[in-house]
Amino acid sequence: MGKRIGMEVGIAAAEAVGLCNIDVAAVYPITPQSHIAEHLSDIVHDGRIDAEFITVESEHSSISACAGASATGARVYTATSSQGLMYMHEVLPIVSAMRLPVVMGNANRAIAGPLNIWNDHSDIMNQRDCGWIVMHAENGQEVIDMTIQSFKIAEHPDVMLPIVVNMDGFQLTHMIEPLEFPTQEEVNKFLPDRVPYATLHPDKPVSMGCFNMPEIFTETMKVKDTALINSKKTIIKIWNEWGKQFGRNYKPVETYKSKGAETLILTVGSMGETASVAVDELKKAGKSVGLVKLRLWRPFPIEELRAAIKGCKTLIVMDRSVTFGGIGGPVATEIKSLIFHDKDRPRIVNYLMGLGGRDVTVEDFIAMVERAAKKKDETYEFYGVRE
Amino acid sequence: MIEIRWHGRGGQGAVTSVELLALAAIEEGKYAQGFPAFGPERRGAPVMAYNRVSEKPIKIRSGIYHPDVVVVLDPSLVGLVNVTDGLKPEGLLIVNTSKPAETLREQLKYKGKLATVDATFIAREELGVPIANTTMLGAVMKATKVLKLESLNEPLDERFGKIANKNKNALKRAYNDVKLAK
Amino acid sequence: MKQKKWPEAWQEVTPGCMVFEPGSASLYKTGSWRAQRPIWDNKKCIKCGICYIFCPEACVSEKEEGFFAANLDYCKGCGICAHECWPQAIVMQEEEV
Repeated sequence: MGKRIGMEVGIAAAEAVGLCNIDVAAVYPITPQSHIAEHLSDIVHDGRIDAEFITVESEHSSISACAGASATGARVYTATSSQGLMYMHEVLPIVSAMRLPVVMGNANRAIAGPLNIWNDHSDIMNQRDCGWIVMHAENGQEVIDMTIQSFKIAEHPDVMLPIVVNMDGFQLTHMIEPLEFPTQEEVNKFLPDRVPYATLHPDKPVSMGCFNMPEIFTETMKVKDTALINSKKTIIKIWNEWGKQFGRNYKPVETYKSKGAETLILTVGSMGETASVAVDELKKAGKSVGLVKLRLWRPFPIEELRAAIKGCKTLIVMDRSVTFGGIGGPVATEIKSLIFHDKDRPRIVNYLMGLGGRDVTVEDFIAMVERAAKKKDETYEFYGVRE
Repeated sequence: MIEIRWHGRGGQGAVTSVELLALAAIEEGKYAQGFPAFGPERRGAPVMAYNRVSEKPIKIRSGIYHPDVVVVLDPSLVGLVNVTDGLKPEGLLIVNTSKPAETLREQLKYKGKLATVDATFIAREELGVPIANTTMLGAVMKATKVLKLESLNEPLDERFGKIANKNKNALKRAYNDVKLAK
Repeated sequence: MKQKKWPEAWQEVTPGCMVFEPGSASLYKTGSWRAQRPIWDNKKCIKCGICYIFCPEACVSEKEEGFFAANLDYCKGCGICAHECWPQAIVMQEEEV
C-alpha cells in the first residue's frame, strides 16, 4: 500500500487511469472534469504510459471513438460531465448493447436549462436506461479504487459491459484530500490484460452493431437486461477481491449505524459523508437515526437495499435531481416501486436537495430529519427552496 | 478540527496556498481538505478558498461558514468583501497590510484577535513580485500553529522547483514578522 | 430444408448480437425485389467500367473479354447503371411476373 499523500481528486482519477495500462483514451474537456482530461493528456504526452490520447472534437466523438477502440480489443477510458454526457446520450445504449467494455469517469454536474456548472446528479439520472453499470464514489479514495476496479469488472467475460464511475463535480473533483495510491505492481497483480470476447480483426471476421428486426428485438432486449442484472455477482466478487488485496471494502449498499434505527437517511455520492456526521450528532441527541448509502445504482441492488432498510419506520431518500412532472426524484421512485408489495414497508419521505451545487450541510440533514418526522404525506419536496 | 478561509483575488495564488497547506498537513500525517470556492474565476476578481485540518478523518464536505481563521491576501479586499463574515468570536483574522492594526480595527469595526504582516513588501523583496500567497503561509503558520513550518518544505519544492528557496525565505520572514495586535 | 433465420430463444442470441459468419449478408438475395433487369448491348459497350463503379449493390462485374454483367441474385433493378452508361449500352427490361 502506498503512503497517504495529498492530491486533487480530479488529478488522482487521471493518475489512477495511468496505473491501468490503458490503450486508448478519448476525452473532451468540460468543467468540472477538465482536470482529468488535462492531466491524463499530460501523462500520455510525458510518455509515462503507452497509450493513444485522441483529442476528439466533442463528447459524441469521444464515446464513439471509445466504442470503436473497445471493439478492436483495446482498454479504453473516457471522462465527461453533464452536457458532455448528454451529448453522448445517443451512443451510450449502443455501447452497452454491443457489450463493449469502456470505463467512464463522470463528474456529476447539473444539466443545463438554465446553464449551471455545479454539482448535482441530474446528468447521470438522465442516463438511467442506457444499460451501463453505474456506480457512485463517495470520496477521493473511492474514485481511485473504483476506477481501477472498473476495468477489471467491465472486461470480465461474465460482464462485458461499460461502466460509469460517478464522482461529484467540484465537491470531489476539485477537492485536495489525503489519498493512498496502490503501486504499479499491486495494480498489475489485481488487473490482468484484457482478453476480448471478439475483436474486429480481418483474420477472424465478425460483424458488430448489426441491424435488428422486430422478430428478434425483444429477445435482444432480454439478453441486455439479463446481462446487466447478472453483472452484480461479478461486481461483488471483484469488490471482494479488492478488499482482500487492499483492505478497503466495497458493497453495493453500505450502512452507517443503521442497525435498529427507526429513521434512515438514504444518500448517493459524497453527501453521504456529510450525512454521517449528521447521524452522529442526532444519535448523540438521542434520536434513532441511521444512514444507508447507495453505491451501486445499476444494476439496482434489490436484495441488498431491502436488507439495509428492513425494519425502519421512515426512510428519507435524498435525491440530487428532479424528474419533472413525475412522482418524485429518481432514487425515491425506484425504491418506492421496489418495496410496493412488501409487508411492513417504511414510510418514504423524498427530498430534492443540493440541486445545481446548493451546499448541503450537517445542519441541513438534521433539519430534514426533523421535517420528515412531521410530514404527513408521501409527496416529494424541494428542500430549502425559498418561498 | 480547524477551518480556515482565505480571501484573495484571482491570480494571486489563494488556491495554491490552500493546496500547499493541505499537502503539508497530509505530509505530517494529519487529515486535510483544500478547495476553492467552486466556480469560474477570472484574474482580479475576489475569490475565496478553504482549508480544513484535523487529526481525525474529515467527513464534512460542505462549505465552511464559521471559520476559525480568516486570511486576507490582498489589502484592497478589506472593506470591499465582508472578510469577517461568519468568523467565530474566538477566531483569528490575519491580514496582509501595510497599515497599522488599529486602523484596520477601526475600518472593520472588529474587536477579535487580529494579526498583521506586510506580506506584499516581503514578497517584493524576496521574490521580486507582489504575489504574497506563500509569504502569508508563513504568517498563518506562526499565528495559528496549525502545522510545523518544516512540513511546507516538500510541497514548496515540488510546486516551485528552482524558486522554492526564495519562497521559503519569504515564508520565514513573514513567520518572524507577523504581529498579533492588541 | 427450411433455413433457421432467427435464434429461437433469447438465450441463443450472441453477446452484442455479433455475427460470426463472415460474408453473411450474401445469404440475403436482394435480387428477388427486382421489377426490371439491366441488359448490356456489348456492341455499344466501350468497357469503361462506369456501370461497375456506380452500381450501389456492387453486383456488376467484369466478364470475359472485358464486358460487364449484373449478378441477378443481388441486382435490384435500380437502373443506375443504365442511367450512367456513357454510350447508353444498357437497357432496363421488364421482369416477367
